[in-house]
Amino acid sequence: MHPAYSVILFTTASGAGYGLIFWLSLLGVNGLLPIERWFGVASFGLAFGLITVGLLSSTFHLGHPERAWRAFSQWRSSWLSREGVAAVIAYIPAGLAAIAWVVFEDFSGIWGLMALAGAVMAIVTIICTAMIYASLRTIRQWHNPLVVPVYLSLGLATGALLLLLLMALFGYRTTYLEGPTLLLVGAAMMIKLVYWWKIDREDKTWTIEQATGLSASTQVNQLESPHYQDNYVLREMGYQVARKHAAKLRYYVMIFAFIAPILALGLDLYLDNTLSVVLTIISVASSALGVFIERWLFFAEAQHVVSLYYGESRA
Amino acid sequence: MTSLPASSGGKKLGLVIDLDICVGCHACAVSCKEWNTQGYSAPLSDQNPYGDDPHGAWLNRIHAYEADIEGDRNTVHFPRSCLHCEEPDCVTVCPTGASYKREEDGIVLVNPDTCIGCKLCSWACPYGAREYDYAHGVMKKCTLCVDRIYNENLEEVDRVPACVKACPTGARAFGDLGDDKSEVSKLVKERSGYGLFEEFGYKPVNKYLPPRPRRDKAADGAPVALEPTPASQSTSKADRLFQWADRLLSR
Ligand code: SF4
Ligand code: SF4
Repeated sequence: MHPAYSVILFTTASGAGYGLIFWLSLLGVNGLLPIERWFGVASFGLAFGLITVGLLSSTFHLGHPERAWRAFSQWRSSWLSREGVAAVIAYIPAGLAAIAWVVFEDFSGIWGLMALAGAVMAIVTIICTAMIYASLRTIRQWHNPLVVPVYLSLGLATGALLLLLLMALFGYRTTYLEGPTLLLVGAAMMIKLVYWWKIDREDKTWTIEQATGLSASTQVNQLESPHYQDNYVLREMGYQVARKHAAKLRYYVMIFAFIAPILALGLDLYLDNTLSVVLTIISVASSALGVFIERWLFFAEAQHVVSLYYGESRA
Repeated sequence: MTSLPASSGGKKLGLVIDLDICVGCHACAVSCKEWNTQGYSAPLSDQNPYGDDPHGAWLNRIHAYEADIEGDRNTVHFPRSCLHCEEPDCVTVCPTGASYKREEDGIVLVNPDTCIGCKLCSWACPYGAREYDYAHGVMKKCTLCVDRIYNENLEEVDRVPACVKACPTGARAFGDLGDDKSEVSKLVKERSGYGLFEEFGYKPVNKYLPPRPRRDKAADGAPVALEPTPASQSTSKADRLFQWADRLLSR
């Protein structure tokens, strides 16, 4: 599948934004974060900024962005529609929680409930985003039960890394959150590794013989493509990264998205927060790069069954 | 609504494509492009048509495959377009309701006035039947010539899809595949017609008739080679003169 930068930016930025909202809300309600005005302004500001940039960028690849509002209507059947609805609903409780934090510096009682509702909606929205892909049976690498856990764990991990960076910038000690964040990044890494392991090993189910209905017993070949130049179908769905490039890029994902942030946080724990700002900046920058490559690969490694009609023997 | 219609109303309009007859001339595809660039959801745009990387939206594409037909390696010309599936995800994934399946006849359509061009429906189609129109920012697909088949301004004989009308070999038929007694249903039954990629589960309505084995092996005693035509058998001088005159005049 063709990796469109607008969609990569959308899923990674909004994923991190919702992850940040989730941790701010959950930890805030449980008294684990300083409910302080400017820290709130910066944190919620960054989270809403990332979400909004992500959602706007997702409209860039539309043929008619001005009609985007119509996408809220078909939530009964469409995960894309559900994603849009969830994203808009999430703004309400999360926005009220942000107001409570910034204006009243209070996260108790009803405000706490708002925060929790915002946290739930953040999770729901990430799940809906992942389901847009996971629900497509035409693409084996996406129609996989690990796609939702991959999106969730990466959103939550990148959100947690952002939270640590913000706390370090505001001069708060982060050690008590670094251990759990390390585990979270480690868990995301494991899930991604299992995902790759699965898609590499599972059988390619569909064959060109099934697609064409021609001679099931012997190999069918394409003699002639209907067109000499790529059409929309091949531009959009014919793209697949070469295996050896993919292997190299997976290696970069491992280093940048997971190993470097884990090492940086580990070092920060060891140095007991004396270099927090530098190390959390390194972990965020590295994970942003890593997750961007991860998402690019998510598209570039995906093979659409229509490739069978264009001569692939299996998909 | 992009939920599928609860009942199909019994009518399932669609095409029957005879892979035994099709010679891969692309007349149906060209005729489709020609009709649909002026009818429903028109025009059907091309990008850079005279440049070095031309492409454009076509609703019908003709492949050629090499396959074994009862022991012989054969060339099979293979038209591919929307099969107007009974349970397609291309309809249900649409976030706007622009992509829909008609209850009355089962035709799957895109409303060009509400489509936002998110392209998700094309990702959900295993047949590659939907092509995005880069100039209009909306999705295009076979309409089964909905603007011909019910068009009372056309002669009755012309109320069939443009591809069916155009095919010079008669490899395409149009009709109601929901009606067991229709001509197309009978054809499918007689020739063991099949839907493409049935295993995938979208229940395609269009059916394909499989290529038949080579005639020299057919059980019906078909000729081993074509008989010489009467004209070439004739050797009289007068006949040759007429043949020569005929060739000259028909230039
Ligand atoms: S062939 Fe493709 S576009 Fe047509 S109804 Fe089936 S899934 Fe939808
Ligand atoms: S491209 Fe148009 S018809 Fe297709 S899913 Fe998107 S809005 Fe619906």
